[in-house]
Amino acid sequence: MPITSPRLDRTALRAQFPALAQEVGGHPLVYLDNAATSQKPQYVLDALTAYYEHDNANVHRGIHELSRRATVAFEGARVKLAKFIGAADSAELVWTRGTTEAINLVASSWGMDTLGEGDEILLSSLEHHSNIVPWQLVARRTGARIRYIEMDEQGRLILDDLPELLTDRTRMVAVSHISNALGTVNPIREITEQAKKVGALVLVDGAQAVPHRRVDVQELGCDFYAFSGHKMCGPTGSGGLWGRRSLLESMPPYQGGGEMIRTVGREESTWAEIPHKFEAGTPNIAGAIALGAAADFLDEVGFDRIAEHERELLSYALERLDDLGGIRVYGPTDLDERSGVISFTMGDAHPHDISTILDSRGIAIRAGHHCAQLVMQHFGISATARASFYLYNSTDDVDRLIEGLASVKEIFGPA
Amino acid sequence: MTEAPLTSLYQALILEHYRHPRNKGELADHTVEARVANPVCGDEVKIQIRLEGDRIEEIAFDGQGCSISQASVSMMTALVKGTERSEAIRLAEVFTDMMHGSEDASSDRSLGDLRALQGVSKFPVRIRCALLAFDALREALGTGLEPDPLGGAAHNDGSQEETTH
Repeated sequence: MPITSPRLDRTALRAQFPALAQEVGGHPLVYLDNAATSQKPQYVLDALTAYYEHDNANVHRGIHELSRRATVAFEGARVKLAKFIGAADSAELVWTRGTTEAINLVASSWGMDTLGEGDEILLSSLEHHSNIVPWQLVARRTGARIRYIEMDEQGRLILDDLPELLTDRTRMVAVSHISNALGTVNPIREITEQAKKVGALVLVDGAQAVPHRRVDVQELGCDFYAFSGHKMCGPTGSGGLWGRRSLLESMPPYQGGGEMIRTVGREESTWAEIPHKFEAGTPNIAGAIALGAAADFLDEVGFDRIAEHERELLSYALERLDDLGGIRVYGPTDLDERSGVISFTMGDAHPHDISTILDSRGIAIRAGHHCAQLVMQHFGISATARASFYLYNSTDDVDRLIEGLASVKEIFGPA
Repeated sequence: MTEAPLTSLYQALILEHYRHPRNKGELADHTVEARVANPVCGDEVKIQIRLEGDRIEEIAFDGQGCSISQASVSMMTALVKGTERSEAIRLAEVFTDMMHGSEDASSDRSLGDLRALQGVSKFPVRIRCALLAFDALREALGTGLEPDPLGGAAHNDGSQEETTH
């Protein structure tokens, strides 16, 4: 199926996502849970099916036609994704199951090999649990210490604290590009510049950024960049870790098995070149190929358009929420500092109740702590309701959300 | 997800218990205590009971979470206060049956205000919220937890304690 043209004809674009064309509880689906996962266009689904229908074979080993085709498509997708995130060299892109595995890879391989007693890992209090827990695991085993960049009342990192937090013991700064819980866009360049001064490495959790804006890992100046395929129109279980060649080459393998070795002896083995050193076992071949298709799809629509569209939706939604009243929205007030994520609470209507009421009207949002309990603690709450936008959402979706929230107000009464 | 009417879920009695919970607070002279939480959504319930023999002489709870979890624990405490342990366990079973759609259970008048929660059974993803109260009660009375068919099992955080007896 061809990608839509004109590129941002909303109806034509939306029609390319089969899952969006359904009714839920007798209402047309309004999908506003994109920060959790995105829907998939037919173009990506076709790529997935085409691989299984025509080219299904294992990669890098079979001397036969199907294996050759599968390998070409699989490695072609790597080149595509490397370019997509601005990497200079596709060997610097390791396929992973997603952001979580990418961070665990670095924490485990680099961390266990490098960190020692008293070394410091600097995180931020707006991180997703996947950028906290892997570091806690490695800190416990190495004696390293975890410190946090705190945030202000708008959920923005307090960078004024950085000079004090970055010490000659800081070995790693691991921070998200965009917060999944609040939508805060972090000034990564500023963080990497300061981290370099003390010789610390920087890992960026890009799960919420890569789907929504043009990312250039070289321009950001970071050392590692982790991302997920399923939030950017790709399949679940796909994603990657970008790392600087010299670092990836110096790091020990993350998992052992087939694909990642050069030679295996009785006592010792030697490793394959990067990125294969980090890809033990049969990889998610179909996932990688379909993720390549997702990157093509997003490129065709264009990130300028996507970013502009999401900003319009965000601005419109914030205005309508304000008109509705009785809603507390968390996160930065300046639209330049946030992405299309709206985390909110409504008086004593618990986020789960809000979500149930919206669900009964066919509107999907997320309710809970969003795997960011430190963020919830910062604001003294246990949960928020979260609506998050993507390229296929429209102002009609926002209108439906507002109608749904008006119904929450009716049931729960004024805040 | 469902066409079940919201009005069956958010009945006035439920919202009334949610806003004005019964038996909320600390019970200084409790003899047993249990905390349960649903890690999936963050709902928490702690109950404290003063048992005299096999009788639930006093009961109090503390907690946070959605209207369903907090209203059900308020209703549960009001219902089991003054009952024998065996009766409280029977009520837990009847209520659990009602959540799993049993018609007999939902017409059992001994459930009192808890019958207002019958509509929750039509909302599968919220059943766990309603069961949290009785999970805590069973835990406090030492009778174990129900396995959760949806996998989002409530779990004891290990703080169950038996104080004096």
